[in-house]
Amino acid sequence: MNRVIERHLNILEFTLASLLRRKGRNFSLLAMYLLVIFMLASLLFFVTALKREAAIILSDAPDMIVQQLVAGRQDLVPVAYAGEIARIRGVTAVTPRLWGYYYDAFNGANYTIIADDAAEPDRVSIGSGVARVRNLAVGDLLPLISYDKVPVMLEIGTVFPSASDLIAADLITVSPVGFHHLFNFPAGQATDLAVTVRNPKELSTIASKIASQFPGSRPVLKSEILRTYQSVFNWRGGMTLLLLTSALLSFIIFAWDKATGLSAEERKEIGILKSIGWETSDVLLLKFWEGAVISLTAFLLGTVLAYGHVFFLSAPLFAQALKGWSVIYPRFQLLPVVDVSQLTILFFLTVVPYTTATILPCWRAATIDPDAAMRY
Amino acid sequence: MILHPASLALLLIALLVSAMGGYAGYYGMRILSRWDPQSGSEGQLELERRTYLISTIMNYILVLELMSLFLFVYTADDLHTLFTGAMCAAGTLAVNSFGYPALLLKIVNFLLAGVWLIVNYVDNRGYDYPLIRVKYELLNLVVPLLILESFLLFAYFAGVKPDVITSCCGSLFSQQSGGFSGDLASLPHLPMQIAFFSGMALTLSSGLVFYLKGRAGYLFSLVSTVTFLLAVASLVSFICLYIYELPSHHCPFCLLQKEYSYIGYFLYATLFSGAVAGIGTGVLMPFRDVGSLARIIPTVQRHLAAVTLLCYTLFTLITVWKMIFSALKLTTAF
Repeated sequence: MNRVIERHLNILEFTLASLLRRKGRNFSLLAMYLLVIFMLASLLFFVTALKREAAIILSDAPDMIVQQLVAGRQDLVPVAYAGEIARIRGVTAVTPRLWGYYYDAFNGANYTIIADDAAEPDRVSIGSGVARVRNLAVGDLLPLISYDKVPVMLEIGTVFPSASDLIAADLITVSPVGFHHLFNFPAGQATDLAVTVRNPKELSTIASKIASQFPGSRPVLKSEILRTYQSVFNWRGGMTLLLLTSALLSFIIFAWDKATGLSAEERKEIGILKSIGWETSDVLLLKFWEGAVISLTAFLLGTVLAYGHVFFLSAPLFAQALKGWSVIYPRFQLLPVVDVSQLTILFFLTVVPYTTATILPCWRAATIDPDAAMRY
Repeated sequence: MILHPASLALLLIALLVSAMGGYAGYYGMRILSRWDPQSGSEGQLELERRTYLISTIMNYILVLELMSLFLFVYTADDLHTLFTGAMCAAGTLAVNSFGYPALLLKIVNFLLAGVWLIVNYVDNRGYDYPLIRVKYELLNLVVPLLILESFLLFAYFAGVKPDVITSCCGSLFSQQSGGFSGDLASLPHLPMQIAFFSGMALTLSSGLVFYLKGRAGYLFSLVSTVTFLLAVASLVSFICLYIYELPSHHCPFCLLQKEYSYIGYFLYATLFSGAVAGIGTGVLMPFRDVGSLARIIPTVQRHLAAVTLLCYTLFTLITVWKMIFSALKLTTAF
């Protein structure tokens, strides 16, 4: 056993020395390799972190929301439904929700407006994004224009801390009275109903009961929303990955080319090694360690750099493509999530193709006849 | 089609493995038809060099198969949130009819690639390549299976459609599932326990006999293969119950999760390595008398038998440990 390990260690030592002897050439390969791994790793880390973020936010969402459809479009739900749904066995609570979007013509932003039963009339709480774009602070007046074209002045009670930016950046909470006034909202109606169910296993049964009892209604489960978000992020990540395939492919061609074009010096080296008694399998092992050293260095450096890029700098290279776009975009720091599966995927997407591309050239190099190699 | 990065990685690997397998298979056939160790021609030298390439490729394929096997299960597990009713990998794989065949084929291919490498190792030790025909006939069996596996994997991922929000809910709730994991054939646990422990005892005793006296190699190989199957069935039937401490949860995939301290990786690794070594012992049996290998094979076989003994013992010890210290006690047969 010791002899086997010693053989590997000796060959590894030789490999490192021979890699350092050809610094320029190997560093250019390493740099390209590093760049490819860095890009792919950033992408994977970013998408996973976004998925995690979405899951965390949705964990506070109601178990089920019930919307009303009219001609296939979402419409207002009669508040009277709430009482009837609450009578279905297993339902803990039904809350009619009032919310909507307010388009601000000053800056082209959309605010999310939610009615909060606990809010005082004429006092509002706003998200830090709203405060930023409108230059507002606590105690200022927020001027909005109601749907009747009447100006409404609302005093700002609180500004949500920027820690809650991801949820509340564009949020304005008003009292129900203020909400009705602002949007000229019909009485006895709600935007949708939030339903809480005691036992999560009963959710789908209750959803189907609601769907059959109120034919125009559309119950949406939290798990479905979560699933849709996950799919969207998977899809975005996959698409970007496909776009990056071209980069990966050119790198593979580059690596293949590098590995095929043995320099005269290298040929000579292999020739000498073989003539002093190295076997083909030893040279193959040497080549394997060469690839492993370069791959592992590139892999470790690439992932570390990507970690910094995504979790310290918020992924400036990918953010535009993956996050989506809005006037009031929340500024948020992603929670670092890196697990073995991401690293495995990354390994499969980069190191494995590289290795595959170099098998054949390495074998060619390892099977040169010593005399032919030295005469070359 | 799911454009999940993991599924793309798996498809890429499948593609590379098929391509490498196809390449190896092509040269394997040339070697089969033109191999002539007596000749010193250019062509024969070239073929001898190719054997190095093919064994390197097969080494890579084995490692990739093993890694992608675990990644496949992990991905399936990760994707379960996308489907109604799926609670873990068991449900995700059942989303269409290609999931389980792909998984099975992955396992079979891993075992075959392992056996191939054992034969290859032995063959390379003999100076006159005595097993070259056997080796490349076996390769001709492995390669189509590798390619078939890629097709199944592609068909599986292409046919997977996540249940996202639809504009009307009706379709979603009508097809409620009772949880797929419950459907996995769960054989009654008492007979399975008897079968499992007697299988292990038989393997260990025949393995010891073989290790010490070099006899009953076929029996040992056969018993270890059967025990492998028994162990897989037992995992589903009763071992996992002790690990989950739930009398009704028969899933073979949740073992791989963090909640159970990744114990599954250890269990499967010991089981698969033991099985590869056990099958390999049997495959080498007919060649014990081949001239240049007469001294090599028995040593290799003893090592292989030792690997099987060690792996299976570890597997059994973990099982027994889990059975004794689990909070779950199974008293009556379900």
